Amino acid sequence: MEKDQDKILSDVTSGEYKYGFYSDIEMDRIPKGLSEDVVRIISGKKNEPEWLLDFRLKAYRHWLIMKMPTWPNLKIPPINYQEIIFYAAPKLRKNLNSIDDIDPELKKTFDKLGIPLDEQKHLAGVAVDAVIDSVSVKTTFKETLAEMGIIFCSFSDAVKEYPDLVKRYMGSVVPYTDNFFATLNSAVFSDGSFCYIPKGVRCPMELSTYFRINSANTGQFERTLLIADEESYVSYLEGCTAPSRDENQLHAAIVEIVAEKNAEVKYSTVQNWYPGNKEGKGGVFNFVTKRGICKGENSKISWTQIETGSAITWKYPSCILRGDNSTGEFYSVAVTNNYQQADTGTKMIHIGKNTKSTIVSKGISAGKGQNSYRGLVKVLKNATNARNFSQCDSLLLGDKCGAHTFPYIEVDNQTAIVEHEATTSKIGEDQIFYCNQRGISTDDAIGLIVNGYAREVINKLPMEFAVEAQKLLQISLEGSVG
Amino acid sequence: MLIINNLKASIGGKNILKGISLEVKPGEIHAIMGPNGSGKSTLAAVLAGRELVEVTEGTVTYFGKNLLEMTAEDRAKEGIFLGFQYPIEIPGVSMVNFMKTAVNENRKHKGLDPLSASDFLKMMREKKELVEIDSKLANRSVNEGFSGGEKKKNEIFQMAMLEPKLAILDETDSGLDIDALRIVANGVNKLKLPDNSFIVITHYQRLLDYIIPDVVHVLYDGRIVKTAGKELALELEEKGYDWIKKEVENNIIA
Repeated sequence: MEKDQDKILSDVTSGEYKYGFYSDIEMDRIPKGLSEDVVRIISGKKNEPEWLLDFRLKAYRHWLIMKMPTWPNLKIPPINYQEIIFYAAPKLRKNLNSIDDIDPELKKTFDKLGIPLDEQKHLAGVAVDAVIDSVSVKTTFKETLAEMGIIFCSFSDAVKEYPDLVKRYMGSVVPYTDNFFATLNSAVFSDGSFCYIPKGVRCPMELSTYFRINSANTGQFERTLLIADEESYVSYLEGCTAPSRDENQLHAAIVEIVAEKNAEVKYSTVQNWYPGNKEGKGGVFNFVTKRGICKGENSKISWTQIETGSAITWKYPSCILRGDNSTGEFYSVAVTNNYQQADTGTKMIHIGKNTKSTIVSKGISAGKGQNSYRGLVKVLKNATNARNFSQCDSLLLGDKCGAHTFPYIEVDNQTAIVEHEATTSKIGEDQIFYCNQRGISTDDAIGLIVNGYAREVINKLPMEFAVEAQKLLQISLEGSVG
Repeated sequence: MLIINNLKASIGGKNILKGISLEVKPGEIHAIMGPNGSGKSTLAAVLAGRELVEVTEGTVTYFGKNLLEMTAEDRAKEGIFLGFQYPIEIPGVSMVNFMKTAVNENRKHKGLDPLSASDFLKMMREKKELVEIDSKLANRSVNEGFSGGEKKKNEIFQMAMLEPKLAILDETDSGLDIDALRIVANGVNKLKLPDNSFIVITHYQRLLDYIIPDVVHVLYDGRIVKTAGKELALELEEKGYDWIKKEVENNIIA
């Protein structure tokens, strides 16, 4: 860790977005625009069964009568859905049986991102599903995991190979009618990751999905479905980047998690979509629905997110605590710099008895960034002895940014204990001077101070991601104090 | 090493330093004494490069370079250390991480490779012993929740780690009990090498019982009004600052 931290500091020399390159990969794209035909074409491209096409069509028809939510504390320019390409996939040569079958350009892309698809080269202990634009291109360590009965594959493969599991769980946590963007996703989702951990199995490695938007004018709509059966454990990581483009790109994803009795799921995200340039041009709209259900007794779902990218972020990874004694956690660091906007937080729905939830949210605003925490803690009538602790901190850099907090608490059971703490602080000129006086540059000082502030959340991440996250925090705030 | 010539400086338009001249040679310990509000801390802030203070006139030369053109961070890397009167808290940042960043930035500046984790921890251990700092302090966040005395000892510890050429200690003795004072002074004496220099800013003489200065200056109303050997400190202790004030006023009238 010490050594990694050195590396972070020496690596960080420029404040530019490092992943803004574009790869020239031969793509299979459908014409832009959205219609029932487009939904059918996507389904057809993937040779989907009838039931899945029906699901998509129901969602699409429902979406047509829905309106974009206006309650977030965000300024979202109008989105023209007829200008978006809803399906783009790298042209594959044939069925992928070995690493050599992957387009070398594609492999290069992931190498550049530090995600080698070659299992030998890969970080020990992490299995990766790599998704570019609309499709999953490679899942590593599939066979190793299969020996333990763990299914880790692309969503499309899961539809073909494990239709019963997909049918049973898909839409069970986030129904296709849930919200504007979840419904859109349900109609046009292209790929994503699927994971099933069987009864009594502790997944021996970190599972990870790496999302990359590459093509222009393309939306990314992936779905992740993660099922932890009784007595199982899995830690799941998610990372995302995109090329720097002048136009905005839409990313509307769904993540559904099901934790059965005594199961534990840790879901970590390092979100680094292109944030737009310093004048606020371009950047990804990150409108994502993430929700997990603690279905069985003593189950646990823990969300950790480091949100540094995207022009606009709208997401609330949530936990439905249905099983008695189940636990939900949400640890978040959200950064908004320049013209970035974020409205993010969580929902903790206490249904079962003795359910517990913890919320730690750390917002960091710089430049003209606007950062809102929005969280709901809801205790239902039968949730005896429910406990929640929420801590909501905001850190401001400069005087042109904003931090906002919207906590909602609804309690229907008198035995509940719900605590909420909030603080707002600024990085002081005296703190920076103190660091300068020890020979530490202002950018490095901000990196240190911000990482100190976010440490509680970063510590929840698996090691490889913790290092990445520290680096990202520093880069995304570089030059923000002049 | 350091030549200050007719330095004038203001904070928020208010003139604080009104023409200071002073030379520090390698190996010397200078004490700067004076009543509250005389400009002692402002002088320290100017030397360390705090932007809050505006230099309106005069020059400061450090090893032949124009110090006033250098950033605070470059001054630090060139060997100027300021022991803060009120050390700053940085929550969540461990002393280890903070010091490691600082030490390695200083090494980089000298063209040296960063220290390995084990070498660094060894260095920390040695310096902690040298300055008699509680080893637990190093595992806590920078100055967070430290007592006044712990904060001051921590400044001396950082000085030991960074091995400056010119250390400016701004009222490091204020708020210290006699044991802490002894530890701080011993630290300074152990770190004193033949060619590094100290400017010790203090309100009271008692620190100078432990750190013997070569030169004592009295600062009053933004000017150095008296410079003499270490016996001046004793005289001040005995008579207080009033006689200096009177002398200055008489001179002005005369």
